[in-house]
Amino acid sequence: MNDTAPALEARRLSAAYHQHPVLEDVTLALPQGEWTAIVGPNGAGKSSLLKLVIGGLTPLRGELRILGESPAVQRRAGHIAYMAQQEHMEWEFPISVRETVLTGRYGLMRQDPLWQRLLPRHWANPSHRQAVEAALDAVDMAEHAERPIGELSGGQKKRVLLARALAQQASILLLDEPLAGVDPPSEALILATLERQRDAGRTVIMVTHDMPSARRHADRVLLINRQVVGMGTPEEMLSDAMLARLAVGAASGSAYGGARAAA
Amino acid sequence: MPQLETLAQVIDGLIALLMLVVNLLPEPLAAPFEYRFMQRALLTSVLVGAICGLLSCYVVLKRWSLLGDAISHAVLPGVAIAYLLGWPFFIGAFITGALTSLGIGALERHTRIKADAAMGLMFTAAFALGIVIISKIATSTHLMHILFGNVLGVQTTALMLTLAASLVTVLTIWLAYRPLLLYTFDPQQAQALGFNTSFIHYGLILLLTLTIVASLETVGIILVVAMLITPGATAHLLTDRFPLMLAISVAVGVISAVVGLVLSVSLDVASGGAIVLVASGLFLVALLAAPKHGLVARQWRRWRLNRV
Repeated sequence: MNDTAPALEARRLSAAYHQHPVLEDVTLALPQGEWTAIVGPNGAGKSSLLKLVIGGLTPLRGELRILGESPAVQRRAGHIAYMAQQEHMEWEFPISVRETVLTGRYGLMRQDPLWQRLLPRHWANPSHRQAVEAALDAVDMAEHAERPIGELSGGQKKRVLLARALAQQASILLLDEPLAGVDPPSEALILATLERQRDAGRTVIMVTHDMPSARRHADRVLLINRQVVGMGTPEEMLSDAMLARLAVGAASGSAYGGARAAA
Repeated sequence: MPQLETLAQVIDGLIALLMLVVNLLPEPLAAPFEYRFMQRALLTSVLVGAICGLLSCYVVLKRWSLLGDAISHAVLPGVAIAYLLGWPFFIGAFITGALTSLGIGALERHTRIKADAAMGLMFTAAFALGIVIISKIATSTHLMHILFGNVLGVQTTALMLTLAASLVTVLTIWLAYRPLLLYTFDPQQAQALGFNTSFIHYGLILLLTLTIVASLETVGIILVVAMLITPGATAHLLTDRFPLMLAISVAVGVISAVVGLVLSVSLDVASGGAIVLVASGLFLVALLAAPKHGLVARQWRRWRLNRV
């Protein structure tokens, strides 16, 4: 792993989703160890940027580097933890909270000796169990560990998804709208957890529509609307003037009104 | 070939084991199993029930029911062509089954045709081709056996294939348990963790094709999809744990296959139909009486909520 390379670096990156352009000619660099909030209207390519990193989308043109290497290399090395949007999950799946969080370790388990991989999780390397229990504690879900995921409330589901990303102990956390649709106590818990991760030297990159949280917690804000509209401190980027620019860019492209941006 | 002899010995050993259990049964039930063909049918049923049970968990959770139906129908022209060329039927069956599933994927990805239409289109075309070839070359009894299965007529070579397919299936699911579970549960996460998801995807489809081919003689082309849906669906109603779901599903598959076989002999009805009816009966019981997800339990909870 390269200590000085940006956590995420894009050079003239373009991508399309079902033939609709979602990112055009994006060049940016996010340093390691910082908390970045990616803000932009719906359809602006925020989630697509994360999808490019996790391999759900391939770039049309340009280059994407994670810690100085290709995303595929860093995915395999376990450096990228991803927290999906809740709507994209199969909550009816017969799996417990603890096993769901353990799936965050499945990538690292490939490095275990073969005999351990062929046995149930009780015989797995203790490091996996410790990481899972620590992650469950961090999001205050330890008491629900044996429940099926389908029984959880919305905020609890978000916390389980976050715990799964934490259990991986990756250097980069990618979070797709971690604050959408959660109650205030869960939101506070998630933000405090992410703060601890950043303080421990991890890179936090989150897509969000939650301006107050971005203003209060993020180190930097990336405004994006297919192209980079701006990047800087939360004060600079979340000013009325910048948000108006974000909305103007959107008015020509997608159905994003000025009212949403000002909110 | 020495491998075939080993397989034959394994088969003899497994049959001997099964007969130990059969001999514990009361005389009228155990009597038919004195015949060698009944013993072969019994072992085939147990194996087919077990691997269909395993695969059906993935089919149900991944919403692949229609894909299973498509592959099973697409196997028919392969069987017919293999018959024409004098090959073992399972080679042809495997090839056309696999080709069709690849074709479905290609149609879906590169055109604006949606998945369900792509499947319906490909498998009906393949099935029609099979019907046309078979109507030219074989008798209708032959067609009936392929379409509806005839477990009582299973020969040792077919049993060897079923055994080999079962070993491959069980070993693959064991060795790739975690990647398969993660891919079924959350393919996006599997990708983010650096798993090769297209490899897992096509691997699972090939495993499904193998299971279907191995089950043809027992339940037939038309009904094999039932064994790929019903055991998994039954197990899904009964548990919220994936390993337990696999176990219950295997149990449902094996029980249906064995009870169906016995019923088909004692009532003199088609084996495939009898097996699927038993499975459907077990599903019905689970649907009504499952402790948490059953209809009765749901009504009971609703009633209690209303009273409070």
